[in-house]
Amino acid sequence: MIAAGQTPLTVSLAASAASLLLLLIVFELIRSRRLRERYALLWLLTGLVLLALSAWRGGLNTIAGWLGVETYPPAVLFAVALLFVLAVLLHYATVLSRVSDQNVILAQRLALLELELSAPRTAKEPAAAAGPETTTQ
Amino acid sequence: MKCIAIVPAYNEQGAIGGVVDEIFAFDPSYDVIVIDDASADGTSAEARDHGALVVRLPFNLGIGGAVQTGFRYAADHGYELAIRVDGDGQHDPSELRPLVETVSGGRADICVGSRFVGSEGYRSSRSRRIGIRILARTVSLLTGQRVTDTTSGFQVLNRKAIELFAADYPHDYPEVEAAVMLHKHRLRLAEVPVRMRERQVGQSSIRGVHTAYYMAKVMLAILIGALRRRATPLEDA
Repeated sequence: MIAAGQTPLTVSLAASAASLLLLLIVFELIRSRRLRERYALLWLLTGLVLLALSAWRGGLNTIAGWLGVETYPPAVLFAVALLFVLAVLLHYATVLSRVSDQNVILAQRLALLELELSAPRTAKEPAAAAGPETTTQ
Repeated sequence: MKCIAIVPAYNEQGAIGGVVDEIFAFDPSYDVIVIDDASADGTSAEARDHGALVVRLPFNLGIGGAVQTGFRYAADHGYELAIRVDGDGQHDPSELRPLVETVSGGRADICVGSRFVGSEGYRSSRSRRIGIRILARTVSLLTGQRVTDTTSGFQVLNRKAIELFAADYPHDYPEVEAAVMLHKHRLRLAEVPVRMRERQVGQSSIRGVHTAYYMAKVMLAILIGALRRRATPLEDA
């Protein structure tokens, strides 16, 4: 088996700096309440994993060796970063779906409440007075 | 029996008044609720003038969200029977009798007016007929019951079906998925032949490039819906 390639020092430094910057930005967004903790967790995890892989040069080289990436270990960094971005995007798609479902329910409730408020019943009431109305909450 | 007619309408100013009148002509004891799906025209005012209750949605939800609003109202107010008639006038309320009798007689929980079950011809474009047939075959396969018209919005529902759909109703093009949902919940679906009129105003919401999107979306939804055990209402989650 061919020995694993080595990660250039400059690549490790640049990648570490970029990961640190990402972590700092995420922290600042949480601190200033522009990002909720529950949506920040995946981003923090992304930053931490990328920082670890960037700074721990031996680790990156070893993992690259396991995966059969023989010539250029930083390629593993790209792959990991890409995977995390996909995970974040998918997470957002689920959040968006939930929010849009909730939005539909809100619109329906609002419209029904407006009906109750504006026109409790129309002139047709006597014909429909078969039984007492079940009250809504 | 407390009955309600649920009429979804989007920009149907020209047709909605006639639809409401026809429902009252069919049975004046019915309450009629028109769901105005954020129309830009005078649909709401027109419906109100003809004696309907009007729910005006704050923004366009699409047919599924609009119809579900009506089911929620019916569920909240104790209606035992609901009829669903489209606001564009393509459904003729005078044909409702056999549908209502099927449900009120307890022979089904929901009865759908089908354009294909009987001998009455239905003129439509070739691609649309093929699409409807593919959907009908798929639904028939999944539910083990022959279903001929999965896209018909001309329906009569009993209390059980009203409550199910108030809790969970598919969004974009609901009828096909709803058929699978009914099967999952062991509600009985029946079809009765009806004639449908040409649209008086407006066009089908499904046309052109939308057809491909519609087919893909609905097939995905019904196949996954078949794997899903039960409806999971968001509000209970």
